[in-house]
Order: sequence, then C-alpha cells, then structure tokens
Amino acid sequence: MTPAVPSESLWERVKATLGNGPTAYGFFSLYALVCTWLLITNPRTSLSTDIAFVFTLLLVLLVYRSGVSMLFKLGLVAVLLGLVLPYFGTLNPFYIDVATQAGIFVALALGLNVVVGFAGLLDLGYVAFFAVGAYAWAILSTPQITLINPAWSPLPPIMFYPFLVFGLIIGAITGVLLGLPVLRLRGDYLAIVTLGFGEVIRVLANNLDRPINITNGSQGIREIARPPLLFTGFVRDTLGWQLDDQQLYQQFFYFTVLIIVLLVVVVVSRLKGSRIGRAWEAIREDETAAIAQGIPLVRTKLLAFAVGASFAGAMGVIFASKQLFINPPTFDLLRSINILSMVILGGMGSIPGVILGSVLVTMLDLQILPRTANVLRDLQRAGAPIPSAFDPTQYQRLLFGILLVLMMIFRPQGILPDERRKEELASSNDPSVPDDIERPPPTPTEPEIGLKS
Amino acid sequence: MAAEVKAQAAAQSGQRSLLETLRTVFGPVVQLFLFIVGSALVLSLIVIILALLQIGARPDILTRALTILPQVIIDGLVRGFLFATIALGYTMVYGVLEFINFAHGEIFMVGGVVGAAIGLFLASSGLLPVMPGWLFVVLVIAAGMLVSGTLAVTVERVAYRPLRGSPRLVPLISAIGVSLVLQDLVRLIMTSTPMGFNARYNTPDFGAPIRLFEMTLGERPVPVILSPKALIFIVASVIMLIGLNYLVNATRLGKAIRATAQDMPTASLMGINVNRIVALTFLIGGALGGAAGALFGLNVGAVNPYMGFIPGLKAFTAAVLGGIGNITGAMVGGVVLGFLEAFVASYLSLFTDGALSGAAYADIAAFSILILILIFRPSGLLGEATTQKV
Repeated sequence: MTPAVPSESLWERVKATLGNGPTAYGFFSLYALVCTWLLITNPRTSLSTDIAFVFTLLLVLLVYRSGVSMLFKLGLVAVLLGLVLPYFGTLNPFYIDVATQAGIFVALALGLNVVVGFAGLLDLGYVAFFAVGAYAWAILSTPQITLINPAWSPLPPIMFYPFLVFGLIIGAITGVLLGLPVLRLRGDYLAIVTLGFGEVIRVLANNLDRPINITNGSQGIREIARPPLLFTGFVRDTLGWQLDDQQLYQQFFYFTVLIIVLLVVVVVSRLKGSRIGRAWEAIREDETAAIAQGIPLVRTKLLAFAVGASFAGAMGVIFASKQLFINPPTFDLLRSINILSMVILGGMGSIPGVILGSVLVTMLDLQILPRTANVLRDLQRAGAPIPSAFDPTQYQRLLFGILLVLMMIFRPQGILPDERRKEELASSNDPSVPDDIERPPPTPTEPEIGLKS
Repeated sequence: MAAEVKAQAAAQSGQRSLLETLRTVFGPVVQLFLFIVGSALVLSLIVIILALLQIGARPDILTRALTILPQVIIDGLVRGFLFATIALGYTMVYGVLEFINFAHGEIFMVGGVVGAAIGLFLASSGLLPVMPGWLFVVLVIAAGMLVSGTLAVTVERVAYRPLRGSPRLVPLISAIGVSLVLQDLVRLIMTSTPMGFNARYNTPDFGAPIRLFEMTLGERPVPVILSPKALIFIVASVIMLIGLNYLVNATRLGKAIRATAQDMPTASLMGINVNRIVALTFLIGGALGGAAGALFGLNVGAVNPYMGFIPGLKAFTAAVLGGIGNITGAMVGGVVLGFLEAFVASYLSLFTDGALSGAAYADIAAFSILILILIFRPSGLLGEATTQKV
C-alpha cells in the first residue's frame, strides 16, 4: 500500500489506492464485471447502455494508466475488447458498429499523428489518402471497372485480404507523389497545399465520370465487395453460434479493425522510439538544427508522409468494404478536420492520447450528438426557447471549431500529452516576440535557455 | 496631364512629397493595369493558338472561341478583382504576423451575408424600389466593412493574440477552428431568421446590361455586354485598391504598418504600439474582405454561409502567386488567377469537345497553379527571394 501523505487530497489518495497494489486488481476486476453485467443484461440502445458502454471503454484507459502488472493489463484489455464487446455486439449491433468506426478512426488518427504529431507537418488533406484507398477497392471490386475497359473484370472478393497490403502501398505512393513537390515548403504553406490537394481529390472523384466513367461521379459507387468469411463454418458448426451473415460481418470487421489497430500501435510506437522517429522529432523542433545534424530533411519528411498516408490507404479499403457505398462527400474537408481534432484533442505526438481522442470524437459524433439532439427536441416540444433550426448533429463544424480553438488556447499539448511535445509547447516564450503589457517580465533568477535570435 | 504638371512644379519648389505620393499611390495601379492587359493578351493568344491547332478537325472552333473571348475577359476581370480584394487581407496579415489567417474567407462571407440582410430588410420595409442604386451600394459596402472589420479584430483578440509566440502550427490550427465556428454560427443565425440557408440578395434595379460594342463574326453580330453590377464591382475594387495603397504607402500609419511588418521588436522599440498596428491590420484586411463579400453577393444574387471557403483558398493562392506579404503582388496575383480561372472555365469544355466540364476543373487549375508556383517560384511574381531567419 502506498503511504498516504497528509498533504494529498482525498481524490489523490483514492487514485493512489485504486491505481496500485492489491486493491487495484480487485477494483479493476470488480469494475470489469459490473460493466459486463450491465451491458449484457440490458443491451437495448438507451442512455443507460450508452453510459455503461462509455465506462467500459474508460476502464481500458484507467487500466492503462494504473500501476498494475503488465500481464493483468493485457489480460483485462484482451477480455474486454476481445470477448465482452464482440459478445455484446451480437446482442446490439449499434454499439459494435460504433466500436468498429472508432477503431477505423483510431488507425487513421494514429497515421495522421505520425505526420502532424511526430514530424510537425500540418496535413489538412489527410482524408485524400483515405479516399484513394477506398476508391481503389471500390472501383476494382465492382462492375465499375468494366465501364473503364469492358475487357477487365472485377476482382474476386477473396482478393480483399491481399488488397489491404495493396491499399497500404497505394496510399504510400500517393503520399510520396504529393509530398515530393510540397515538402520543401514551410509548415503553413504545406497546410494550404495539402488542403488544396484534398479538395482536388474530391473534385476529381466528383467529376471523373466523363469522358471515361472511372468514379461514377457524384452518385458514388454502390455494392462494394465484401470479403468471403473464412470462419463461417467454424463459428456456426464448431462453436454452435447461430449468427446471421450481417452479424458475422460485424464481428469480422470489428476484429479486423482491432487487429489492424494493434498492429498500427505497435508499428507507430516502435517508429517513435527509432532513429527515424527521433529524426522526425528533431525536424519538428528545429529544422535548421536538424539539417546541421545531418538529417536528410526532405527524405525524412517524405517518410513521415508516406507512413501516414499508407495507414489511411489501408483503412480506406476496409472502410469502403464495410460501408458498401462511397461517394465524394464522404471524403470532404470536414472529415480531415475531424481526424485532426482527434489528434489535437488527445495530444499531438502521444499515442495513448491520440487513441483516446479518436474514441472520444467518434463517440461524440455517433452517440452524444444524436442523444443531445433528441433531448433538445424534447425540450423544444415542451416549450423551451430553442431555435427550431438547431440540430446538434448538423453543427459539427461549430463544435469541432470551438474544440480546436479552446484546445489551442488552453491546452495545446492535448489531454494526454506526449512528454517531449509538452515541453516544447510550454516553453514557447520566444524572445523575438515583443512582450504584451499583460505578460510579466522574466524574472532574473530564471536563466534564459537556448539561443534564439 | 494637368496633375502631372502641377506635381512637377511642386517638386521643383522643394515639395517632393506630392510627386512621391502620386508615384507610390498610382505606381502599383499602373503595374496592375499592365499585368491585366498582359495576362489577357497572353491568354487570348494561347486560346487562338489552341483553336488554330484544332481547326483542321473542327472548322468552326476559331469563330466559337473568339465569340466568347470578350465575355471571358470581363468575367476574368470580375473574378480577378474579387480574389485581389480578398487576397489583400491574407497578405497584410501575413506580412505583419507571418501567419495565414485561415478565417479570412469567412470574414468575406460575413460581409456578403450582412449585405443580403440589409437587402432583405429594405425589401421587406418597401424602401428598396425607391432607393437610388448608388446609395444602396454605399450602404452595403459600409455595413460590410464595419461588421467584417470588427469581426476580424475580435477574432484576432480572442483567438490569435493569446497564441502569439507559440509554435507556428498552434495559431494556424486555432484559425482553422475559427473558420469552422464562423461558418456554422452564421448558418445558425441565417437559418433561424427569414433569410434561410441560401439567402437571396435583394437589390434595387440597376438597369439593363450595358452594350459595350458588337462584333461581327460569322453570320450575325455578337454583342459584348457588361452588367452594371459587374461594373460596380470593378470600380469599387479599384477605388479600394487605390485607397489601400495610399494608406499603406503614403501615410504615417502606413509607415508604422510597414515598419511592424519588417521587424516587430525594432518597431516596438521605435515607439510603435505593435498590438494596435496588428489589430489595425486585421481591421483593414477584414474591412476589405467584408466589402468584397458585400459586392460579390450583390453581383451573384445569393449568399450562403459556406460561400467564403473556396474563394478564400483561391485568394490565398492569389496572394502566394503575387508574392505573399506584398500588397501590389496580391492584387496582381488575384487578377492573374482570375483570368486563368475564367479561361479554364470557359474554354476547357470547348477544346475537349465537352468531355471535361470547365467549371469543375477551374478549381483544380487554381490549386495546381498554387503547387507549381510554390515549387518553382516560392517568392511569387513580385516577391523578393527571402532566406529563412534562424
């Protein structure tokens, strides 16, 4: 047991007691049991189920932050994400869909985090790579391809599995193609150019139905192929679960996304600690100093771009296949901003932060906003003075805009900040900037660190 | 002519300031005029060459291309001045703070919405039909300038000033946030009032289009027309550009702005209130954007809360094209970009025989130009090559 220091508040003591030692094991096991019980006994979509669902996911975060042994952490998370959530998903398809969606966005946000968080390159057209992956699978797997050339035939659905790798490659190639000309630019130009590129991809998707019908224009592509399920027999015969195809596909996509997210987390965290990751950080902190250290600037930036884009490409393949239908507005600027808000909310450069941010934003989008909309509608019917045009689900821009501004002003390092990034953002008293009247003069006891002209 | 003689006389008697003033104020305008004529000529030439190349397969293509040419040039001029007036806001803020004010397109949009609101108010109170056209134009421009300028200053105070001195990404992300907030706030206001999402822009009757001249190509004469609204837009933009040039290049205040842009710490040592100058820069840029919005809405006939985004991006492209931080450059870049877009929008489908729709690919053309400029001449048409300060 940790000794309770008298100066600590009650909250601190509770946190220390529940986060460490034998009590922690008991607490987390009990917590997990209660959540599981709540979810399984009451699977209908309702506010209370929402809350139980959120608390179940919160448990993952709490366990991660606590001081219990690694084995226990992994075991508990594996049970929660690998057993409880999928089983709950067979009872209520809505929540497993939310979880899958959140997983897709976790992988996307982790990819963007490589670009924005690690290398410090603001990419506002990230969704373009996602679109490239999605359209690649959509075009090649549907009869759309026969419209391009009648001699070609669509890929068989089994090709989905190798196509995931192909999505990775095609994303990386697009990233390099875009990055090559623009990565010489300074950060703020890069933001605008990538934004323009995102728009270009959307406009192309919208207009490439003439002269040759490649993308089917604004109508989008329907009936995108789903991979054949290889485990249907195993689940139905060996395990004896009678799940219909719809449920099986939900399980399939949930587990595919879960595995990919795990892979992405491993890759990204290995990259972060590697030589390349440190080179990215050096470039982010000070380009000139990084060049002086012998880091090849453009090549290193290009690598960050390619890694981020390749994740997006692969996720695009899964997304297209899961949604069965894609059209150009799926990939508009708001989606890029959405992913950017996930990275910024969680903390640029911090892997657990970005995961938290993506889950929070997805739940905000899919659960909290529709719920709030319902509540507001009820209030309105009861006569509360709310303008009838106000529907929170239609005001995501407002919400994400406020979120971005507030985060930048009050907590630019995010909810779960990355250690090194935090230091950089905290020590931003650049002497080349004139002091405001409000800003106190630097105290003489505080030595000036660094030589910035 | 008389003015020049007077200026020379004044110069000989030791008052060089008047001549200098005239030169600094009208020099950029002359430069702009040269660029307008030049780019129109070059682009027309390209069109004629392209038409001649295809004339074997399609004999009527030259006539068709020439028939729409004057109209395309007028269209390009209107677009060009639109981009130029918005680009000034980007370039001034960038010059002073080295920061891309992402929300500037929305400031422009607010100007348009304010104009539409005034039009709606006047129409519903029955004043609109009896109102003289010039008074309405002055009214919407003044209101657009006032509201957008104030908004720009407020945004700077709330969302940018607390972040001055942070890493570059931080204020940029904040600006993106402000842009999204403004879009949806205006949408909320518009949809909760009688304006609606797509608000009609009521104006008094400005009369029939002006027939400039007639061309006789082929069988029948083709009139070249200029709508009075487009004329108002062009005249008002030129007046604003001259006014801005005067303010920045010939007044004490302009000197302070230029000093702040050149070196902020030193400017503050020279007794310039830097924060006030920054706020003033936002005020001027915002007011110009607001006026452009009000005039644009008037010209197009409708406004909506998302209309500022794409013109904002293109105006930024124009600012980069002309050399960001350079006021004349922004105007030149705007006009050149406007011409380019108008030509692509009108001629692409003609030359590809309807296979590619010009209107959609005009956007792509604008962004491709941005990328090309940034690769081959990042300092822009009129900018000086700068090295990054360490």
